[in-house]
This record gives sequence, C-alpha cells and structure tokens, in this order.
Amino acid sequence: MSFLEFSNITKTYPGVRALSDVSFGVEKGAVHGLMGENGAGKSTLIKILSGDQHADAGEIRIDGKVQAYASTRNAFDNGVIVIHQELQLVPELTVAENLSLGRFPASGGVIARRRMLDDVGAKLKSAGIDIDMRRKVKTLSIGERQMVEIAKAVMLNARVIALDEPTSSLSSRESEILFKLIDRLRGEGKVIIYVSHRLDEVFRLCDSLTVLRDGKLAAHHASLTDVTRDQVVAEMVGREISDIWGFRPRKAGEVRLKVEGLSGARLRTPASFEARAGEIVGFFGLIGAGRSELMRLVFGADPRSGGTITVDGKTIAAASPHDAIRGGIVLCSEDRKHDGIIQGRSIEENINISSRRHHTRFGVLSRASEIETAETFIKKLKVRTPSRKQDIVNLSGGNQQKVILGRWLSEQNIRVLIIDEPTRGIDVGAKSEIYELLYRLAEDGMAIVVVSSELPEVMGICDRILVMCGGRISAQLARGQFAEKAILAAALPDKKTSDAIAS
Amino acid sequence: MTDRLKKILLGEQGLVVIFIVAFALVSLLVPNFLTDRNMLGLLQSVVTVGIVACTMMFCLAARDFDLSVGSIVAFAGMVAVMASNATGSILLGLIAAIACGAVVGWVNGVVIAKFRINALITTLATMQIVRGFALISSDGRAVGINSPDFYQLALSKLLGIPTPIWVLAVLFAIFGFVLNSTVFGKNTLAIGGNPEASRLAGVNVDRTRIWIFTLQGVVCGIAGILLASRITSGQPNAAVGLELSVISACVLGGVSLAGGRATMSGVIVGVLIMGIAENAMNLLNIPAFYQYIVRGVILLLAVLLDNLRSSALGRR
Repeated sequence: MSFLEFSNITKTYPGVRALSDVSFGVEKGAVHGLMGENGAGKSTLIKILSGDQHADAGEIRIDGKVQAYASTRNAFDNGVIVIHQELQLVPELTVAENLSLGRFPASGGVIARRRMLDDVGAKLKSAGIDIDMRRKVKTLSIGERQMVEIAKAVMLNARVIALDEPTSSLSSRESEILFKLIDRLRGEGKVIIYVSHRLDEVFRLCDSLTVLRDGKLAAHHASLTDVTRDQVVAEMVGREISDIWGFRPRKAGEVRLKVEGLSGARLRTPASFEARAGEIVGFFGLIGAGRSELMRLVFGADPRSGGTITVDGKTIAAASPHDAIRGGIVLCSEDRKHDGIIQGRSIEENINISSRRHHTRFGVLSRASEIETAETFIKKLKVRTPSRKQDIVNLSGGNQQKVILGRWLSEQNIRVLIIDEPTRGIDVGAKSEIYELLYRLAEDGMAIVVVSSELPEVMGICDRILVMCGGRISAQLARGQFAEKAILAAALPDKKTSDAIAS
Repeated sequence: MTDRLKKILLGEQGLVVIFIVAFALVSLLVPNFLTDRNMLGLLQSVVTVGIVACTMMFCLAARDFDLSVGSIVAFAGMVAVMASNATGSILLGLIAAIACGAVVGWVNGVVIAKFRINALITTLATMQIVRGFALISSDGRAVGINSPDFYQLALSKLLGIPTPIWVLAVLFAIFGFVLNSTVFGKNTLAIGGNPEASRLAGVNVDRTRIWIFTLQGVVCGIAGILLASRITSGQPNAAVGLELSVISACVLGGVSLAGGRATMSGVIVGVLIMGIAENAMNLLNIPAFYQYIVRGVILLLAVLLDNLRSSALGRR
C-alpha cells in the first residue's frame, strides 16, 4: 500500500458525475503529476483531498489511516495542505506575521516579536527560502507569495502538499526557484501532488503521473521513464465522441459579425475574427486563455482600448452592453449566477428586462405584453417551472440558462448570439435541448459564437473552431479539419509541447 | 391553526395583516385615538417621513442608501422661505427649493454612480455639507415667512383634508405606479437584485442610479417646503435625524437593505405603523424618552419578522 492512497473515490454533483471510482496511490518522497482536460475532475479530486468537498463514496488513506475530514481545517491538522491558484495570504501583514497567523507566539496576548521572527527565520532558512520576512505580503510578487504559501505548508509539518497549476502566473525564473524547492521537499519525504496542464513541467518534475478523463481514471503511470508525451496527450483526450450533439450541416451566409483588432485592459493582443450568418463559431482554450475577456469586449461589458466591431457592415459603438444589444449583439455569460440571473425577481421579469423597451410608452410598461412575452418563451424554450412568477433562483441551471436565452430571443433584432460555456453546470438532457436551439437559431440566420472549455462540445456543435492561448488566437480550423490533437496543441501554453504534439 | 397563522404572518401581506390588527387594538385600547381630529393629526405627523420614504424606497431597492435627506429637507425649507421673501413670489421660492433639492440629489447620484464612491460615505458627506449650507444661509437663525399665503400651503384644506396629506397621497400613488409599472421602477429592482447582471442585460445602471438620487432630492425639496410652511419658518436645524426615521419606516415596510425587494404598500404601512406608535404613545402620555426605546424595539421586531419571512420564502 502506498503512503497516500485514493480508493474508489466517487463524487456526483447535481446532473454531473465529477468523479467515478478513481483509485491510485502515491509513494512517500514522490512528486505525483495530475493531468486532465478542464472538467476532467482534477479540481474535484483536490477539493476532496483538502476536505473542501466530501466524496460520495470511497476513501483516502495516508500512511494506512483513513482520512475523514469535516473541513479544510481538519485536513490541515492532518498534514494535508493545498496551495491554490488564488493564494490565501493576508496582504496587509508581513511574511512573518502571515506565517505565524493563528499560532502567534505571545505572552498575555502581546505578540513576542523577537521570538516570532526567530522561529520564522529558522524555518525559512531550513526550507531554503530566501525572502525578507519583514516585508508586507502585498509588496511581494506572485512567485514570492507562492514561496510563502509553501513555507507555510512546511512550517505546518505538511505530509501531503498539493499544488494547483502553480506556475500559471510565474515567470520562468520564478518557476525554476519553485522547482528547486519542490525537489528539496521531495528529498524530505513529502508527498507532492502537482496539478498542471504543462507537459514539460510534469515530465521534468514528476516521478509518477495520473491522468483523469471525464471523472474517470484514464491512466496511472508509476514511473515516467517509458512514457511519451504523445501517449499522455492521447490519454487526456482519447475519448470517443458519441453523438449527443446532433449536428446538422448548414449553409453559411454573408459575414454578420466582424471584429478587427479588438483589445482591452485584460486582452492586450488585438484580436480579429468574423462570424457568418448561420454559422456556429467555437472558441476553445484553457481557462485564462482570454476567450471570455474577448467576448466581454465584443459585448461592451469591459471598456475596449482599440479595434472595431461591425454587424452586417454597420459599426457598433459598443461602449456598453446597452449599445451592443441595440446593435444586435447579445452575450450569455459563463457565470450565470453573478452576471446572468437577477436574483429575487421572477422568471417574467428576468425575461423582460431588456426587451420590454419595445412595448413601452413613455416608460410605462405594458403588463399584457410582458406576460405574453414571458409565457411565449417559457413555452418555446421548454422552461420547466410551475409559473412565470417563480423566483429565478429556484430553477435548475439548465432552466436558468433557458430563461436567459429567452431574455435575448425576446429582443427583436438579435443577429449575433455569443454564448460562453453554454452548458456549464447543466445536465445532459438540457444540454441537447440547448444545442438544438442553437442549430435552429443558426438556421434562422443568426451568427452564433460558442465559447467552451469542453473540447468535445466545440468539436461536436461548431462549424469552425478558433483556438485561443495566452490571450491570442493561435489557430483556426474548419469542420472536417477538426482533430483533438491539433486543437489541444494550439491551446497549450507551452510552445515546445505544442510543437511536439503538432509534429 | 398555528400553521395557518404562520402562513398569514409570513406571507406577502403579513405586514398589512399585522398593521390592521395593531390598528384595531390601538383603536379599542387608546382613548381618543379613533377620532377624525386625531386621525388627521396622525397623518399630518407622518407627512415628512412619508414623502421622503417614497424615494428612499427606490434608493434602498437599488442597494443604495441616502443619509442626506434630513439636511436636504432643512436646506430646501430655508431656500423656499428665503427665496420667496426675497422675490415676493411664493412660486419662485418653491421652484428654487425643489431645484436645490434636485441639484444636491444629482450630485449624490453622480458621485456614487460615476465615481463609484460608496453611497453611505457620499451621503454622509453631503449630509454635513448641506446642513452647513442651511446654517450659513441664515447665519444659524430661523427665518420667518413674510407672506401669509405661504402658511396656506400647510393650512389649506380640500374636502376637509389638509393639503399636505393630499400631497402625500398623490406621491404614494405616483411612486407606487413608477415602481410597478415603469421601466425605471423595474430597472431599480433589477439593479438591487444583481447590479452586474442588470448592466449586462442592457440596463443603464449609472443613469438609473443618478435618476434615483435626483428624484430623492426633488422629493426632499417638496417635503422641505411643506415642513417650512407648517412650522411657519425656515429652520436650519429642522429634520435632524429624519434619515433614520425614513429608513426605519422603509425597512419596517419590508424593503430589503440588500436591494431588489420593495413594495409601495409595504412602505405606506411602515410609515403608518411608525406614526401610530408615536401617536398612541403621545395620547397615553408616555414620556418622549421612553418613546425612543419603543421605536427601536418596533424596528428590531420588524426586521426579525422580515428575516423569518425571507427564510420561509427560501425554503419554498
């Protein structure tokens, strides 16, 4: 039996099986890679390890002992520490204070400063971390903050340290320092779980590797000596596409949406693309590739610093969503809860919020047409609800998505529909209903832009795929040229890896 | 039986039911309460709070807050009196007062919506600035009204009911309509429910917020004029603490401080409950000092009830 053992871990969220029957073990003093596409179940597994989520079935053993955590605090005390992409430090406190938080050496409530500095200094030194511990955390770079997080793990005598995409925001020099530190921790007999998209790093650092796919164990390699990169990529993507997509070919018409040189604060590289009437264009990329940022610029949700947008040859001012909607562009955001639904208001109001301006006179609503619009779209989109008066928070994810689609379809003049993660958190049944709806809208001549982190989804429903990576459009493929390898290669941030796959 | 009672109390109209029961109880138990004279007196006593509550409701429904209303009421009253004394025209005085209210409200709105400064802080600042204006304009003294016609605003009656009560009723009707039947009202509630989602749904959030504060200023101007007319002078220290009574009345009326929830009927009931409590205590000769305690307790109970109601709704 291995030092850290996952056995038969299963986790189901409403409508989604995030993990099913995942088992593998990691030896002491090993760096273990965890790879998989977005949504493969890596984060869920890490969350279960950290006590943030509970497995529906299965157990985790450390050193033969079953771990049952009620909370993350509990996992913490058992020596399991997860270092997330968003670091958990208090910016206004110094490094030393952060590292002593919750365990300040004190007498009568007064912090013994000297003792604190001595303790922390000794620990930092033994871990080989070179940071001025008197500095406030807010003055540190992301890389330095990560070091502090790791120092925290070391100080807490962690036995298992999980790092979630640790290098995603590090410079290559900072990454090198991180790798040295990880090597050192390995030497001390810690177990390191290393979650990453980057094949290069995984091959360089890891002793063993687990690949997850669709919540299942796709492969487990106890050693990486005979494993090739191509093999790992194949394991990550190698799923058969079953036909839940129901794709129907269409004829694309004239160019509807034309975006040229668009840029903004969160998307530095100017981006250009177009979408034709009747066309479904997919945007694929890893999380943070800049897809949502680009779409928010097109919709005017964020201020743009340059570029033009035209719909049917007419330039859209798009200084705000207000302008974009009037120009015929709408966006269904990826974060429905934060950016989509109006909590506490009825389905009826959520549908009418934008389109009601077509039926008002001097700002006064027409009650009759509001009711009619709501009823029409509830029926048309098959929203499952007892009444149009139902508060939208009481609906399932799929039905909320339909209400938001209803909000936009009730606008009379929509020519471009952008839909970001159309089926995130939505069960299978509602998924195919939403795909079917997208086909019908495209057949009616709408240009549809789908952003998705699920490769099978973009391959299944789109006529053309644009791949984004590191804030720029890195590849474009027409249906017929779709190949998982090529798309994934273009999406991976690491140049060498992508070349290796593409060749 | 208790289940049914619970359902009624925690339902949509729970507050109205409580109000009717309280009203009936007070009518029976407090002598001289249910008389024409006392009823009119009661209504007149809630005119200022009631008028300002109309727009405070919008403010709170949009997740905002306005502490400057008391100062605007006092300042607008001063302006009305001084301007009409100076020009000899009451109409000009009224216009000047309402315009001043609107300007202060607009400034509040622009600072909050465009410069993204917290509404609490912004209006805490304007509350003090505007009170300063009111004090400076008269050197801290009250200014008497010259023209007797000005008194008539508060004293005149229509069908036996004093004009200020008519004004209050008309404003209740207007703002009830605006909240439920106009794009502006619906947008206000949507912004309170989820500001970012509203913006992404095409609502012009900044403009709506600026309008809310501007209207609040206008309405405070009207309240200031009626108050000055009733007390026959412009008082720079008038309406101190008004903001708290108004917000209390709104919260009592089921307006959520988290935004997104407000009804005119609730606010009317909230205003009346505050008025009845005060009126009944006066009739019973309860000293003013104790009245503070009672008002605070009523507010706490109302919020508690509201909390129970939201969790009951959440469970459904």
